[in-house]
Amino acid sequence: MDTKLQTENLMDNGNFWFPEAVSTFATNVDTLYSFIMFLSYLFFGIIIAATIYFLVKYRKTPQHRKALKHITHNNLLEITWTVIPLFLLMVIFFWGFKDYLNMNIAPGDSQEIRVTAKKWVWDFYYPDTGLTTSSELTVPVNKPIKLIMSSVDVLHSFFIPNMRVKKDLIPNRYTTVWFEAIKPGKYQIFCTEYCGKDHSNMLATLTVLSESDYQEWVKAGDPNKSLPLDQLGQKLYTDKGCVACHSIDGTTNIGPTWKGLYQSNRTFTSGESHIADDNYLRESMVKPMEEIVEGFQGVMPTFAGSLSDREIDAIIEYIKKIK
Amino acid sequence: MTQHKNYLNEFKGIKSWLFTLDHKRIGIMYLAFITFSFFLGGLFAVLLRLELLTPDTLFFTAKQYNQLFTLHGAVMVFLFIIPSIPASLGNFILPLQIGAKDVAFPRLNLASFYIYVLGASFCLYSLFAGAVDTGWTFYTPYSLETDTSVISMTMGAFILGFSSILTGVNFLVTIHKMRVKGMGWFKMPLFIWSLYATSIIQIIATPVLAITLLLLIGEKVMGIGIFNPALGGDPILFQHFFWFYSHPAVYIMILPAMGIMSELVTTYCKKDIFGYKFVAYSSIAIAVISFVVWGHHLFVSGQSQYATMIFSLITFLVAIPTAIKIFNWVATMYKGSISFKAPFLYFLSFLFLFSIGGFTGVVLGTLSLDIHLHDTYYVVAHFHYVMVGGTVMAFVGGLHHWWPKMFGKMYSEFWARVSCLLIFVGFNMVFFTQFILGSKGMPRRYYNYLDQFQPLHAFSTSGTWVLGTGFIIMAVYLFMSLIKGEKAPANPWGSTTLEWTIPSPPIHHNFETIPVVTEGPYHYQKFEGDTT
Ligand code: HEC
Ligand SMILES: [Cu+2]
Ligand SMILES: [Cu+2]
Repeated sequence: MDTKLQTENLMDNGNFWFPEAVSTFATNVDTLYSFIMFLSYLFFGIIIAATIYFLVKYRKTPQHRKALKHITHNNLLEITWTVIPLFLLMVIFFWGFKDYLNMNIAPGDSQEIRVTAKKWVWDFYYPDTGLTTSSELTVPVNKPIKLIMSSVDVLHSFFIPNMRVKKDLIPNRYTTVWFEAIKPGKYQIFCTEYCGKDHSNMLATLTVLSESDYQEWVKAGDPNKSLPLDQLGQKLYTDKGCVACHSIDGTTNIGPTWKGLYQSNRTFTSGESHIADDNYLRESMVKPMEEIVEGFQGVMPTFAGSLSDREIDAIIEYIKKIK
Repeated sequence: MTQHKNYLNEFKGIKSWLFTLDHKRIGIMYLAFITFSFFLGGLFAVLLRLELLTPDTLFFTAKQYNQLFTLHGAVMVFLFIIPSIPASLGNFILPLQIGAKDVAFPRLNLASFYIYVLGASFCLYSLFAGAVDTGWTFYTPYSLETDTSVISMTMGAFILGFSSILTGVNFLVTIHKMRVKGMGWFKMPLFIWSLYATSIIQIIATPVLAITLLLLIGEKVMGIGIFNPALGGDPILFQHFFWFYSHPAVYIMILPAMGIMSELVTTYCKKDIFGYKFVAYSSIAIAVISFVVWGHHLFVSGQSQYATMIFSLITFLVAIPTAIKIFNWVATMYKGSISFKAPFLYFLSFLFLFSIGGFTGVVLGTLSLDIHLHDTYYVVAHFHYVMVGGTVMAFVGGLHHWWPKMFGKMYSEFWARVSCLLIFVGFNMVFFTQFILGSKGMPRRYYNYLDQFQPLHAFSTSGTWVLGTGFIIMAVYLFMSLIKGEKAPANPWGSTTLEWTIPSPPIHHNFETIPVVTEGPYHYQKFEGDTT
């Protein structure tokens, strides 16, 4: 079974080509696009109009069975249609390069957030407040945000269409992206570098808050703190990406289903077997390679460090409930 | 009516085909395999578009979908489009157009055909042995950890590369050494110029792909630690290696197509080409520049900003020789006598679709715009406008143009026009929508998608049925023409290049008497005007 993580449409607004422009540089990008489109329509128009005119005027007719005239070259014409496009292309190049530099060099006073991608979840860590979130990035409006990103497994790519930003995430290396949102709201985040089975479910939301709402969000601290354990577990099941490999309705996926897991007898590839108790569930998340369930491959990434103790407890409580 | 003795009927039996050294027969055998690959790749495309009819799961699992788009890409690129024009039409037409008896090394020619078959078998084997799900680009580290048959697919592509290199060497020597008396460099048909430029790329770039794929296999089997970050390797290095070949490969696909365009526009306008030297040299310019633009595939990969700037700049430069060609073709129509035969309709389709591919290429080469558009459907639409709107249109245009010469039979002009129309309309339905999807933010290689994209996706999918119907009709009437087509005259279109001076189909040795060339290839000045 393939579960869809998100169905909310966060990019409804916008014009014919683009979703709504919400970062400081997004409108520049759109303007350059319109400029190139204008030139393209113009040149395409010329090519097509000339073609149609010639097709009509010089089509073969009974009176007109051979070419009227053989003009084999005209150097002035050749130079004209070399130099004019060359000039225009250089204008486009410099314009694009200038904006590109802008989009790559984050202002010195940016707020830094760390982004970690793993199949198939986005984790965010806010160094100045110590908060962490998964599948949800929350930032203040009108403040430059610099994301320092890395991947723990394969390549991923971080893309916010409304901000017009995108950058690949690479294991063992940091890449950065920055943007400054100009309007509060919720926006879509995609993974755009193919990363395997659930590439298309590797989504997240960007929440842009007004300055005061943001302060309140920070004060409230970890939004998950107030949730009862089993509800938190249910939320983590999707937020942390367990859903990509584990079902809750009994179907077998990349990993075993969680339905009826608790207190059932597990057999492992080593031949041993025992009951799935709380300790076993905890071990499965922190050291998944220790015991591999028979019939499955050891492909589950470790969640040591990315799940807090409370979160591990929450997932265990949730699993207990799935009978 | 008895057929004259020709290359098709002079020798009989399956062995006379399998061991033939005749460039014409080898060309035909390539054509058969390439056509099969095209329909196989097309089938994958129709299936994967079917899955995208709705945002949710319809027919396939996520993994199957990922395998489908990978196989579609790999089959179309490695088995179909790279060999398409050079190996089939090129093999058949090149010696004829320069008045030669065969290519320079007929045995090598047959060898490269069998290498192609061997490589293709590896690729086809991998379909059944856990079809690859990495995308046709095999990016590391995903390709290192997937349990699908990456090794047999890359082995296949590795072997196919040798076929491509050998064909390139063969053509290069043939063009240098075997032109008839009087055919100086600037009296060569432009198709020959484009094959020449293509061969240069094939010879220089393909070995890099071979090395890359070998390293990938080495990494997978032995863990040599060059691309795998877990072993201290660099996954981005793989992308550099890969595109160092695969960008020039784009021009292996498009240059011969441009050559065909020049043949078509002169024949069906009955006019000498406008700006021969500009068109010829622009092929060489494209071949040279194509080697130094690969980095435009890595604009958002964390490549250094200076490298990125230079790659963007050079990418813009490659647009110039391309634009020159287009302008010269349009100018060639001026004061011509234009007949709307099917091959010319494909010429027009190319002109229209390839121009759109070119303009959107400028958009993608622009740094600030590529950030937003990279790896979205915009890119998918762009390269289909170039590869299908360009190469495939020219390929089928050339196929129709030379069909009477190759098989001595005429096809149904009516059905040819019908299928051209369906293909043109269907193609735009499928891919124009994808520009909008892409700029709206729809990433490529997505199995599920946001509900808001459904109308455009559904429309795009419905276009594949129109497009597919067009190609199926084409296959049917071309096949029928072999059985009961009218006999083709030596020169049905009133062309001036050498292949039309001999009977259709040609005799085994091509020319009864060795021709002598005194004029340029498109000397329609002496054309009497046709009598139909
Ligand atoms: C990439 C796929 C994948 C993801 C993502 C994943 N798992 Fe797993 N998981 C597996 C596989 C495969 C197994 C069985 C092999 C093994 O025991 O390691 C497994 C086993 C388990 C088990 C033991 C189940 C049993 O039947 O004995 C637990 C508990 C578990 N995972 C919890 C989680 C939690 C919690 C998450 C999310 C935070 C998660 N997994 C995310 C693949 C995954
Ligand atoms: Cu991804
Ligand atoms: Cu390229």
